[in-house]
Amino acid sequence: MSAVAYREAAGGGLWSRMSLGQKQVLWAWSFLAVPLVFYVVIRFWPTFQAFYLSVTDWTITKPASFVGLENYGRLIEDSLFWQVFRNTFLYLILGTPISLLISFVVAYYLDRVRFMHSFIRALYFLPFLTTAAAMAWVWRWFYQPVPIGVINDLLSSFGIPQQPFLRSTSQALPAVLAPAVWAGLGFQIIIFLAGLRAIPVTYYEAARIDGLPEGAILRKITLPLLKPTLVFLVVFSSIGFLRIFDQVYNINTNDPGGPLNSTKPLVLMIYQTAFSSYEMGYAAAQTVVLFLILLVISLVQLRLMRDR
Amino acid sequence: MKAAASSPSLAMPNIRPGRILAWTLLFIGGVIMVTPLLFMISTSLKDASQVYDLRVIPEAPTLDNYIEILGDGRFTRWLINSAIIAVIVTLSNVFFDSLVGYTLAKFRFRGRYIVFIAILSTLMIPTEMLVLPWYLMASQFGWIDSYWGIMFPGMMTAFGTFLMKQFFEGVPDDFLEAARIDGLNEFTIWWKIAMPLVTPALSALAIFTFLGNWTAFFWPLIVTTSAELYTLPVGLSSFAVEQSIQWEKIMTGASIATLPTLIIFLFLQRYIVRGVMLAGLKG
Repeated sequence: MSAVAYREAAGGGLWSRMSLGQKQVLWAWSFLAVPLVFYVVIRFWPTFQAFYLSVTDWTITKPASFVGLENYGRLIEDSLFWQVFRNTFLYLILGTPISLLISFVVAYYLDRVRFMHSFIRALYFLPFLTTAAAMAWVWRWFYQPVPIGVINDLLSSFGIPQQPFLRSTSQALPAVLAPAVWAGLGFQIIIFLAGLRAIPVTYYEAARIDGLPEGAILRKITLPLLKPTLVFLVVFSSIGFLRIFDQVYNINTNDPGGPLNSTKPLVLMIYQTAFSSYEMGYAAAQTVVLFLILLVISLVQLRLMRDR
Repeated sequence: MKAAASSPSLAMPNIRPGRILAWTLLFIGGVIMVTPLLFMISTSLKDASQVYDLRVIPEAPTLDNYIEILGDGRFTRWLINSAIIAVIVTLSNVFFDSLVGYTLAKFRFRGRYIVFIAILSTLMIPTEMLVLPWYLMASQFGWIDSYWGIMFPGMMTAFGTFLMKQFFEGVPDDFLEAARIDGLNEFTIWWKIAMPLVTPALSALAIFTFLGNWTAFFWPLIVTTSAELYTLPVGLSSFAVEQSIQWEKIMTGASIATLPTLIIFLFLQRYIVRGVMLAGLKG
């Protein structure tokens, strides 16, 4: 009893002797304590571990031992890696410009529409809320030959010959990309709309008073002022297309990434190396390559943002 | 000049042929956007003999597919798994991301900047790179095939922390000072005074976290091996493989995975669109 009272008095004494600033510091660190443990254990430690694993020959059955840069050497000589590298960049350089062009055009005109504005916006936005794994199956069904496939059915009603889509090495990649572009448009349109609305109306009024035609207003006012939005969306969607996985994996479950690896992106190669071949060390080296690609893109973004 | 420029818009308010054309094209584009969803739902309402009939409105709509699929119990289990996981991860993010964001925005202490940079730097690390160490960690601690195993990587995010920090910076210090003078402790000040002032940001964070976890596929695919622990996307994928060419069954499964978020959207459209705009502009 007296011991408790003594401890309370001492504790209270220490607390009451602390300055407001010292108390604040104590509060701050007690708020940060659990999150800091989380970030160290679940983010930083695994990051170092991933780098370490990439220089080992760890497999599920064998404990990791150091092999230097062997995994990276193997990667450079692996023809599948270069095929996958090419596919990943195809997703990026087709997906990003196409989706941004469509979403900008839609947002630009939708911004001026008052009649049923939020209904039309909702139509474009809904696909963004879907599950990519589920939608890959819907699109897979669309790409089937007649009489099941909706797209081939439509083509044949116009007298256009049947297309192989997912069965062709040249058509499969764009066919897998389409649902990814489709699902991302809604987000990009919303962000563009927000960016367009942030441009002060006075700029437009001034331009109209000066008699600038619409095209010139678009080039001289809208696009330059939209640059931060544009940079954000370019980076955001580039990262998305570089990390594409759910759609590719589900659209061809018999041979994920097929036919003949023509749709296989880097993340799918990582998944198969790690969880089908169980070559964890080799897979870790591939994740480091993905990290480096994303790092370059982030640095380019920082550079572009500073230039404005 | 001024008068000449403004008079046409007075003479023809809004109804110009160009506008009608733009509206019509936008509308057609929007209908094309939802076509895959319409086909998915319509096929889920057809029986096997009607699947080849590609009309959007089913001739004899039936809920048999839903009754059969939900009746076999697996989908109900996956729905519950996904809902529990998405809700817990969302609550954790709303709590911890805003606590950390608030601390970094409103407290002055040595090490603040380093903590901020350290957390921000994790944005550079792609999930795919951490997946192998996480998998190693999960198998060592026996987290494979458990809710915790699916959830632990996402309990806090640097994106959410950064978003909340931005918004807490806009909360005036006077509010917090007044509460301090009233003798409230710092935790109460954060929870009762500061949090209600950033509800738009909180709802944006909640929407993104929930949607991200509801649709997540890559990590749950890796960390679950038994069907009881699958989340809805992983379960649907395995179910669809097993159904092979029974497209009406697959479309029913896809509808079950997709409809919850679409229905939530219909009710909360305004908040969701505003949330996406907020997160996109500040995040």
